[in-house]
Amino acid sequence: MPRIDTALREIGALDSLAAQDTPVHRLDPRAKLIATMAFVVTAVSFPKREVAELMPLFLFPVALLAVGRVPFGLIGRYLLMASPFAVMVGIFNPLLDREVVAHWGGLAVTGGWLSFLSILLRFALTVGAALTLLACTGYVGVCAGMGRLGAPRALVTQFLLLYRYIFVLADEGARTVRAHALRSDSGRPATVRVWGSMAGHLLLRAHDRGLRVHSAMLARGFDGSIQPLRCLRWAWADTAFLVGSLAFFALVRFGHLSELLGRCALETLH
Amino acid sequence: MSHHIVEAKDLEYSYPDGTPALRGVSFRIEHGESVGLVGANGAGKSTLLLHLNGCLLASKGTVRVGDVPVTQATLPQVRHSVGTIFQDPNDQLFMPTVGEDVAFGPVNMRLPDEEVERRVRESLAAVGAEHLRARPPYRLSGGEKRAAAIAGVLAMEPDILVMDEPSSGLDPRARRNLIALLKGFKHTKIVAAHDLDMIRDLCARTIVLHEGRVAADGPTATVLADRELLAGCGL
Repeated sequence: MPRIDTALREIGALDSLAAQDTPVHRLDPRAKLIATMAFVVTAVSFPKREVAELMPLFLFPVALLAVGRVPFGLIGRYLLMASPFAVMVGIFNPLLDREVVAHWGGLAVTGGWLSFLSILLRFALTVGAALTLLACTGYVGVCAGMGRLGAPRALVTQFLLLYRYIFVLADEGARTVRAHALRSDSGRPATVRVWGSMAGHLLLRAHDRGLRVHSAMLARGFDGSIQPLRCLRWAWADTAFLVGSLAFFALVRFGHLSELLGRCALETLH
Repeated sequence: MSHHIVEAKDLEYSYPDGTPALRGVSFRIEHGESVGLVGANGAGKSTLLLHLNGCLLASKGTVRVGDVPVTQATLPQVRHSVGTIFQDPNDQLFMPTVGEDVAFGPVNMRLPDEEVERRVRESLAAVGAEHLRARPPYRLSGGEKRAAAIAGVLAMEPDILVMDEPSSGLDPRARRNLIALLKGFKHTKIVAAHDLDMIRDLCARTIVLHEGRVAADGPTATVLADRELLAGCGL
């Protein structure tokens, strides 16, 4: 649990990167949100064994990170932290799909390995793009953008409160685990029964806190929806960014950009 | 200025599981008074405070804030004039930044932007927390959180301030600063606390609650000098 605590603090670090002032940060959250969603749709819309065609898509997050002055290492670390999920999803593909579909050098490549690789790439692209959005916009900015794009108010409110209280909950969880560690045999993990009880108490305390927070909100005139936090202004730069990004995605998806690039590279070599 | 008066008459309340919390509480607090509310754990202090802003509604008896009885229909009006400072500032600071949190009440009151801005600026200045405005609440110290929570309540410009254990979890200096700050407020104040020294510093009158009833109500010096009474009430 203390490690979850550290991870959450790091999300806080990601959010402080969002406070920078760069051309990417100045873009309207709505523009970045729509572009990111279109990016994710593009990335997942390729056929399941596609690998090469996905590569040009990396240009999008990489360009945003570079202009937005976000360290690549940080995003890479988060991707690694989340990667076990993607590996779990694709790990059995090489066993299930043994059809040889290509030869790289002397190596026979099966469809399973290609689709596994494709899943990993798509994971890196989509999660990387979401993290990039967060680092260049900030969580609250993303929520404000969602609200203005017509996401249900209740959902946006939930997201905002989640972000506020996940830190409090993690602190409470970390304290519980520490208290348990101090009164248990060193090195022996807690039994399921004890874990269950700790998780149950955490849930009950979270519920109590929820009631108290709600009282505090009501006491200050809360009527069911948090009023718009930030006024967003759409500028020409936002239109240009959005149109440019969408055109790029279309080019990658339908224009076979990677094939074009490959052919150009070969011609230059010849 | 009768609207700064708080009055409870034969107030009774039981929790939904049937546990009685208040068993006939009556008092009247006049305009500008500063009243301490003391009692052992479970004596009903927090429950009573929740009745003053209408977060709980009486099972029997009445609560009046000024000329207005606290009922479902009058809640907006009551909450406008009663500002509540909760025991754990974490419960009260729910917005992403301190500035947005302080603005939460005024924005809900549908005030124009310039007025919201003025109130945020002035409330933060009143608690000496202007520098915290852009900070997220989870990165503040205990004393800073408390100051921000108080600013959030001041921004609604209430007539009456209700506080639940305002000094809990503060270091001695933060506690002294808080007491000095609260002393400077001209509001009608109701302070529930175990910190009897703070009550002595802050409140001219004290109400002692014991098992959901008023056990004593009088000048703080007299009430807190009655050792027998305090011992009998678990203090």
